Amino acid sequence: MSNDSQGPLWEVFLQKKAGQPFVHCGNLHAYDKEMALQNARDLYTRRNEGMSIWVVPSSAIVASSPEDMGSFFEPANDKIFRHPTFYQIPDGVGHM
Amino acid sequence: MAVINFEELFETKLAKNEMVEPKDWMPDNYRKHLIRQISQHAHSEIVGMLPEGNWITRAPSLRAKLVLLAKVQDEGGHGLYLYTAAESLGTSRDEMLDALLTGKAKYSSIFNYPTLTWADVGAVGWLVDGAAIMNQVMLQRTSYGPYARAMVRICKEESFHQRQGYEIMTHLAFGTPAQKEMAQDALNRWWFPTLMMFGPPDIESPNSENAMKWRIKRETNDELRQRFVNQTMPQIEYLGLTVPDKNLKWNEAKKGFDFSEPDWAEFKNVIKGNGPCNKERLASRNKSHNEGAWVREAASAYAKKQNENYVAA
Repeated sequence: MSNDSQGPLWEVFLQKKAGQPFVHCGNLHAYDKEMALQNARDLYTRRNEGMSIWVVPSSAIVASSPEDMGSFFEPANDKIFRHPTFYQIPDGVGHM
Repeated sequence: MAVINFEELFETKLAKNEMVEPKDWMPDNYRKHLIRQISQHAHSEIVGMLPEGNWITRAPSLRAKLVLLAKVQDEGGHGLYLYTAAESLGTSRDEMLDALLTGKAKYSSIFNYPTLTWADVGAVGWLVDGAAIMNQVMLQRTSYGPYARAMVRICKEESFHQRQGYEIMTHLAFGTPAQKEMAQDALNRWWFPTLMMFGPPDIESPNSENAMKWRIKRETNDELRQRFVNQTMPQIEYLGLTVPDKNLKWNEAKKGFDFSEPDWAEFKNVIKGNGPCNKERLASRNKSHNEGAWVREAASAYAKKQNENYVAA
């Protein structure tokens, strides 16, 4: 899709308020990073939906594939001791 | 290692009301159906800017002009959300634009009707956007993730569109007799084309069965049309206007209104390209696409040069 006459595809991430994480909100076409940022402002923040924007070329995103979903995340499945609820806390020791 | 049955995985996902994502396996026909539906939806948003854009320079007040500009800009944005949702299925923006500009692709037949008076701008916002919202609210839960997410954003933005249209209608309907007549004339012309927006009756709808099976649609054309009429009637009564349909009456047994079917022969004819404005709409789109060619070339050349400088440095 990078040869599209509309320019390459970019992924857009918005931060709603200071201190909050950037969240993916969609994508758009633009010829360069400046235009990608301006287009993202016009397309995704017409109603103050964000105060800060990241744009990333879609070609730079590396994603896990759904086919190996099972085996890829399998190492976490049998490690319930990573969760606080695995442990018994004696009565009377207060908040921990 | 167990062999994964992709089709079964897909079916299970649908049965559990989970969303299908771009990289998931999906049947070819599901993919094709979505590309067709989402690209047509995108084209409708883009072509839909034309009938209203027609009135931006002639809006009756600065406030009305600002509101209409904002609405038309939203429609452009909606088109862009939808184009990228379709691209995630493997088609390209260029392919879709080419299909639109050559007349190969379809868009909602409603936009082939003209906006003759300022009351038409009111009727379009109120009725056409109202009908679109009814369809789009359902599509927020469609089975394809990127389409559903685009719909959530679109629905959030759309509700102001319908309200601004109804506001125009109230000003006219409670204005001078001539203004009220203008409002009634707009309602007369837009009523049946709006009912056509939900598509042919269920018994004649070729794509509905698959769309329901795959949870792309969750309600049928006839169900949505009935709900639209039920919801719109009190709004028409408030305006003191009348529907151009002598068969329209409340049916206590079904707790809904009975109404006449639109002229489906006209619907088919407009889709075929013979509506009042089909040629004008396509010509306008082609004109602005061609006149923008130098901008695309310049932006592309500039980006290329920037990249070269970056590599050299």
